[in-house]
Amino acid sequence: MTGDETQWFDEAAGPLVRPYAMTGGRTRPGAAWLDVATQVVTVPSASERLGLGPEHQAILDLCHRALSVAELASYVNVPLVVIKVLISDLMDRGDVVVRPPAQALQAPGRDLLQAVLDGVRAL
Amino acid sequence: MVSVPSDQRQAAALAPESVKILVAGGFGVGKTTMVASVSEIPPLSTEELLTEASDGIDDLAGIEGKTTTTVALDFGRITISPKLVMYLFGTPGQDRFWFMWDELARGAIGAIVLIDTRRLDASFAAIDFFERREIPFVVGINHFDGAEHRYEPEEIRTALAISPGIPIVPCDARKRDASKLILIRLIEHAMSRLPAQASA
Ligand SMILES: Nc1nc2c(ncn2[C@@H]2O[C@H](COP(=O)(O)OP(=O)(O)OP(=O)(O)O)[C@@H](O)[C@H]2O)c(=O)[nH]1
Ligand SMILES: [Mg+2]
Repeated sequence: MTGDETQWFDEAAGPLVRPYAMTGGRTRPGAAWLDVATQVVTVPSASERLGLGPEHQAILDLCHRALSVAELASYVNVPLVVIKVLISDLMDRGDVVVRPPAQALQAPGRDLLQAVLDGVRAL
Repeated sequence: MVSVPSDQRQAAALAPESVKILVAGGFGVGKTTMVASVSEIPPLSTEELLTEASDGIDDLAGIEGKTTTTVALDFGRITISPKLVMYLFGTPGQDRFWFMWDELARGAIGAIVLIDTRRLDASFAAIDFFERREIPFVVGINHFDGAEHRYEPEEIRTALAISPGIPIVPCDARKRDASKLILIRLIEHAMSRLPAQASA
């Protein structure tokens, strides 16, 4: 159980156990469509934090400004598959809202590409 | 229809549009370096957890723990405006992880495939991936120190059988301006491939 691929895991518990503990062993259909670039924002009235684990709380604290699923996974330090389940929990509670990438299923259109091009030129 | 509480609407209004660009290529070709050179934050990394059941992952021989392994994913961020943010994703070039690109590529503007001229074949799988899926991409030639031969773009095109329409751009992933230029080439290329504009 050495090597950096696994250093994220609880050493005593071994692989799989920690993500299972955090997600209750669930996989969620609602989580699968969350894209790495989907934006997540905390709803201001999200207040009753009873029953939320530390990772859920961390997401709520971080998302007072919008952050992507990938950024959250990195900051909370859990794999993407886990952060998606946690975000999906918070969506069900109405504690966060999400905005999928501009064109979730097809490539971005002309106006959006022009805006990105102008933005990159101005960097 | 269910009405959306106003504080949810308020929160949703804070979320910018997001777009993705992928930085691909074989092992050690300079993907992370390119992401770092243009990102406004030091590249972040995250990981995807793979199990043996994952699509096509059947050759994890030697990985301890048997049931899982992780794939690291580097990414950077460019905030274009309060309403628009771009992410650059670089991910490992090992062939066995290509299925991950399917999710990453969905809805992406396109990809930059980096090439190390000392090991041209290392990036062949990436080129093939994007070509097959008709995802817009450009090829960046990184001239590493110690490369004996300075390839011209057309030599690379021939050597790797890259289609005529695909831009091939010499670059240095360590330089911000070079990385910026290749991003511009990619976005222009993606625009050139859009269906002709409707008059509306
Ligand atoms: N001369 C030269 N060196 C480069 C260039 N780009 C990257 N390097 C160097 O090449 C090495 C590997 O670069 P990385 O950015 O880590 O490559 P990578 O593609 O992310 O590697 P993996 O993630 O391990 O596949 C580093 O030491 C870089 O400094 C380039 O354009 N020119
Ligand atoms: Mg890298």
